[in-house]
Amino acid sequence: MEKENLKEQFTHIPGWGVDADWENDPVYPMRDIAADDKSADWKRPAQQTTSKEVQRSNERPEHPAVFGDTLPPTGLSGHLRRYAFHYSESKYRHWLPLLLADRINEVEGVIADVKSGFFPNIWKERGYQAYWKYDRRKLINKVATVAAVSIGVWMLIRRK
Amino acid sequence: MKAMNYRGPFRVRVEEKPMPKILHPEDAIVQVTRACICGSDLHLYHGMVPDTRIGSTFGHEFIGVVREVGTGVTKVKVGDKVLVPFNIACGRCNFCKQGLFANCHESNAMATAVGGIFGYSHIAGGFDGGQAEFVRVPYADVGPTIIPSDMDDEDALLLTDVLPTGYQAAEMGGIKVGDTVVVFGAGPVGIMAARCAWLFGATRVIVIDHLEYRLEFVRQYAACEAYNFRSMDDPVLFIKRITDWLGADVCIDAVGSDACGNAMQTITGKKLLLQAGAATALHWAINAVKKGGIVSVVGVYGPTDNLVPIGNVVNKGITIRANQTSVKRLLPKLMDHVRKGVLSPKDIITHRFALEDIAEAYQMFSAKLDECIKPVLIPSTNN
Ligand SMILES: NC(=O)c1ccc[n+]([C@@H]2O[C@H](COP(=O)([O-])OP(=O)(O)OC[C@H]3O[C@@H](n4cnc5c(N)ncnc54)[C@H](O)[C@@H]3O)[C@@H](O)[C@H]2O)c1
Ligand SMILES: [Zn+2]
Ligand SMILES: [Zn+2]
Repeated sequence: MEKENLKEQFTHIPGWGVDADWENDPVYPMRDIAADDKSADWKRPAQQTTSKEVQRSNERPEHPAVFGDTLPPTGLSGHLRRYAFHYSESKYRHWLPLLLADRINEVEGVIADVKSGFFPNIWKERGYQAYWKYDRRKLINKVATVAAVSIGVWMLIRRK
Repeated sequence: MKAMNYRGPFRVRVEEKPMPKILHPEDAIVQVTRACICGSDLHLYHGMVPDTRIGSTFGHEFIGVVREVGTGVTKVKVGDKVLVPFNIACGRCNFCKQGLFANCHESNAMATAVGGIFGYSHIAGGFDGGQAEFVRVPYADVGPTIIPSDMDDEDALLLTDVLPTGYQAAEMGGIKVGDTVVVFGAGPVGIMAARCAWLFGATRVIVIDHLEYRLEFVRQYAACEAYNFRSMDDPVLFIKRITDWLGADVCIDAVGSDACGNAMQTITGKKLLLQAGAATALHWAINAVKKGGIVSVVGVYGPTDNLVPIGNVVNKGITIRANQTSVKRLLPKLMDHVRKGVLSPKDIITHRFALEDIAEAYQMFSAKLDECIKPVLIPSTNN
């Protein structure tokens, strides 16, 4: 392909071809092989310390130098999270308990809110004002479907 | 300080939180002036990412002013206006040294597969994010980059993730001059990927999505072809047909696990969570690429498994390249492109919200209301 011809053809696109390497594939080697000394003993940054409970993947022997220490596990969801971290990132026993913990954690969140005298405003938290403004019909459909399903389930339970 | 607070799938609010503290000598505290919501945040918002704890503050795309630095910080100082790459990276480990800043080994205790990311669940390290007034920024000498005085703040904001990610998507595609590139997804990332594909000498760029307003936008913004997959029986066949029946040289997945378009993928991936989200776009990318071609994946998937036609990867001799973006590696080049006017990322911003209105902002971006492409949050302390 003629370089100059092509450049001419694409003048309407600012920067066309500026990062092209006419000889090379791939454009960028994703590993800088020269920088890889194949060892795990780089000069580590200072170690962060904490008095909080911080989970650690069992695929590493110690904490990294820096870590996030927000939201230590609590309650039932916390037990599940601790359990999950006994298993590697390769195991369903790691991920499924974590997903379950997330769902339980939501309920725990509502209970904590109510206990502190705060009733979460679900309409507001779900940003339904935006829906109401821009796609009212879809919102009404959504709410109607949820209501219909809930009533249906409730009637089924009552019939038993 | 005020901060976004996650309460469960589709439920967020703004609440008072304690001010973040310096926890490590190389930390800084940054006062946020602008933050974005990203397609990646939607995976959290939809409850699809395991270990997303109630009370988390999301936000990995933000700029701000340095308000405090630890004793080990030497390059940035109090008062500096910085853009903060979404990766938390030490700059010293074997991976950082190779330019793989997204894969740093010294920033995430909870998973080894990915480095730390601001406000991205405990899988990505359990750090609070930038959809708040203040944020703790570790390794402040490595990631944070001073915003040049001639650069628009909102261009700088999009340099924290979206532009580098679109660029890296094109880069990993190994695009050669004369290539045809198909980009799945016309969200902020797909739009940038399409725009950047030209920089590598692509001579044909095609974008696939199902939202007409985004297709229309990308046609203008990236001067490319754009098609609606809802109007096709079979997107793979469609792509074959318009590429001499051979397929595209490069396919880019800029959709990730929230894909729609295939009922089986949607039900197993998004409703039943039997797989880590719906892999519809990746499936199409693998099947629509030319034999010997390259599939570049920047769309994000969960940590378990996804259904993709791996047999075809073998049979067609496809190369797959994928990663979270190593923002710092790309910043010098991309800042240069922005300053020279080659790229103008801020043009994709469609909505600006006060931080307090975060719930509406999330719903609007998630449900794609009011032709939303990229929403920005502004803490009230920084109007
Ligand atoms: N690798 C990284 O470092 C990185 C960084 C940022 C974002 N991401 C990921 O990139 C993806 C896109 O992000 P975004 O901000 O543009 O999100 P977005 O939600 O705004 O855009 C996704 C687009 O994909 C479209 N889409 C859905 N199903 C599709 C299909 N089957 N085929 C084609 N298009 C389809 C949607 O209509 C939407 O326009 C997300 O998965 C996000 O997590 C990755
Ligand atoms: Zn992002
Ligand atoms: Zn590192």
